[in-house]
Amino acid sequence: MPSDQKKTDEQQLLEKMAKREYKYGFTTDIETDQAPKGLNEDTVRFISAKKNEPEFMLKWRLKAFQRWSKMKEPKWAYIHYPPIDYQDAIYYAAPRKQKGLQSMDEVDPKLLETFEKLGIPLAEQKQLAGVAVDAVMDSVSVATTFQKELEDLGIIFCPISEAIQKHPDLIKKYLGTVVPPGDNYFASLNSAVFSDGSFAYIPKGVRCPMELSTYFRINAAKTGQFERTLIIADEGAYVSYLEGCTAPMRDENQLHAAVVELIAHKDAEIKYSTVQNWYPGDQEGKGGIYNFVTKRGLCDGENSKISWTQVETGSAITWKYPSVVLKGDNSEGEFYSVAFTNNLQQADTGTKMIHVGKNTRSRIVSKGISAGKSNNSYRGLVKVYETAENARNFSQCDSLLIGDKCGAHTFPYLEIKNKTAKVEHEATTSKIGEDQIFYLNQRGIDTEDAVALVVNGYCKEVFRELPMEFAVEAQKLLEISLEGSVG
Amino acid sequence: MIEIKNLKVSVEGNEILKGINLSVKAGEIHAIMGPNGSGKSTLANVLAGREDYDITEGSITFMGNDLIEMAPEDRAREGLFLAFQYPVEIPGVRMANFLKHAVNEVRKYHGQKTYDAREFLQKMREKLKLVEMDEKFLSRSVNDGFSGGEKKRNEIFQMAMLEPHLSILDETDSGLDIDALKIVANGVNKLRTKENAFIVVTHYQRLLNYIVPDVVHVLYQGKIVESGDKELAMHLEEHGYDWVKEESATV
Ligand SMILES: Nc1ncnc2c1ncn2[C@@H]1O[C@H](COP(=O)(O)OP(=O)(O)OP(=O)(O)O)[C@@H](O)[C@H]1O
Ligand SMILES: [Mg+2]
Repeated sequence: MPSDQKKTDEQQLLEKMAKREYKYGFTTDIETDQAPKGLNEDTVRFISAKKNEPEFMLKWRLKAFQRWSKMKEPKWAYIHYPPIDYQDAIYYAAPRKQKGLQSMDEVDPKLLETFEKLGIPLAEQKQLAGVAVDAVMDSVSVATTFQKELEDLGIIFCPISEAIQKHPDLIKKYLGTVVPPGDNYFASLNSAVFSDGSFAYIPKGVRCPMELSTYFRINAAKTGQFERTLIIADEGAYVSYLEGCTAPMRDENQLHAAVVELIAHKDAEIKYSTVQNWYPGDQEGKGGIYNFVTKRGLCDGENSKISWTQVETGSAITWKYPSVVLKGDNSEGEFYSVAFTNNLQQADTGTKMIHVGKNTRSRIVSKGISAGKSNNSYRGLVKVYETAENARNFSQCDSLLIGDKCGAHTFPYLEIKNKTAKVEHEATTSKIGEDQIFYLNQRGIDTEDAVALVVNGYCKEVFRELPMEFAVEAQKLLEISLEGSVG
Repeated sequence: MIEIKNLKVSVEGNEILKGINLSVKAGEIHAIMGPNGSGKSTLANVLAGREDYDITEGSITFMGNDLIEMAPEDRAREGLFLAFQYPVEIPGVRMANFLKHAVNEVRKYHGQKTYDAREFLQKMREKLKLVEMDEKFLSRSVNDGFSGGEKKRNEIFQMAMLEPHLSILDETDSGLDIDALKIVANGVNKLRTKENAFIVVTHYQRLLNYIVPDVVHVLYQGKIVESGDKELAMHLEEHGYDWVKEESATV
């Protein structure tokens, strides 16, 4: 067989992979306002003061900080990394010139340019139709589009720092109710030092007419990013929300520890989609974002629904378990996930579905894809309380391996306290089929395209949950990430 | 069209093809018959460029090119098509999307303009009729959940879409009911021209009533031990392979 030639093909692919660039790896040269390095009570006070926060917020943060100081970093995930020196990072960085913008024209053009490079035009004449965007660079929100249009419907969509100023009642009522400040190590850290993020409130009976989305961008060196997102859908409301994220290529690891809280009242529905594309580090595993994120939704009212969809392709380390607490009777939780890891990336991701109310249903579809020397774990918990009569869960966890140096692991946990529960779990692990690739080759499709086709097909169940435009984006992103992963 | 000379192929040290000579010209149909395990699919796979086979000796010239040196996708683009004995399922990949990729890759290779969505749909509809397949198949995943017979018909549909020079049908008739067999044979006959050629691997003379071969070969233990006209197929149908085995034992 032309085995010699095959080798050279493989080598070519490998070379291509070596050259493969992280498309978003540029930095923007912009003046920043930073907190002094390190973390102590003064850092927390500094951030709170910078944000001009009311007293209750400072107290809330300090309490969180105290709890964090007594906590230990969790070690149970299937990830390995050198100790993080929390005193060696900067906890607040903001692009300068930022006070009281009246319109988009006042935003620093360099910032607009940055987001435009990322495919997110913010300038008024170029804004994406049907999508309201909140753009967050390093620790602050730099621009939010369509605010006025949304306001007319009573929808609040703004940076969380602004919400703290303008809507303290909502903040007091909801912040930390789903992810309490002492929830876990990274959530406590976030509660102490978060500087911005998005806030959305959809009033009773309103169906949000456009996608709400936030783009997160880390720019400054040596900084961590700690954003906080809070979304509330009041009775009968509906909202679809999307977050995207990118970071420059840097040799050092940067910490990203976000918290997202969702609250769905009676008959409300929240659809939350993530396309996570933080810098994954280079082939030797140098650099990349450490992504430690706590995302949780509360189906508080009857017939409410929360759905998480995530496409995770970036970050050196991902530690993330978007969960749903199904408190309201007949409420419904969903988790659709594609996690792709390549080179030396590590992902430990999954979900928790906590059934409390009667007739609650949950559905989990997880597709892990590992290539290179990466490790990809699914970790999930389905918990059914005594109170949850007739709870239903269906879980499907598939792992796909590309090459033989990578690993896939599945850790499904079940805690069932009510006998009427029906829980189904399916899991598969497969290698990307050589016979599938050959079949496609035989029809004139080269190996790289063939792998992309097969992987896209494999992820289809998840992609179709994404809003249309973003499904296309996610597919492209996956194709780029896959480039050169065969060989 | 294709010229195979003294082809020897091993898998993990076992020689499976032991010196195959075969020449197929444009416009011809060749049938290859032979008992299970004689090497028919191996030959088909080697021609299509499947890995895991070591070619230890011999040469293959396809349309003037050294086939052995070519990557599988280039063989396909040059017009070599294999209808698989066991078509593979590819979940989540829609037939229409898959075919669009395939056909456009081949067209790009030849410097032709790729089809737009409308032209493509029209072409697919036209070819579906040829194999009497429902349009619903276009939105299903490739071979996923197709019945055995549907998979085989789907291979012929793809062949019709790709319009290859040389088509190798590996037991496309197995598992087909009599109506489907006629449809497949009819499809092949309609696609037959003076410019293209077919190698039809089969166990049953029945198919050759519908697709009439110019030459019939018997492959036994990795060698072509008999070649003849369609009468040879009739003879095999009646007498089985015992006489072939005896003859080759005495050689
Ligand atoms: N990849 C492989 N590894 C090991 N043995 C193989 C491999 N491929 C083929 N063989 C062996 O080579 C021989 C020929 O197989 P092949 O599939 O070509 O037979 P065939 O003539 O197509 O049979 P059938 O009529 O049953 O389809 C068999 O003994 C088979 O087990
Ligand atoms: Mg066979």
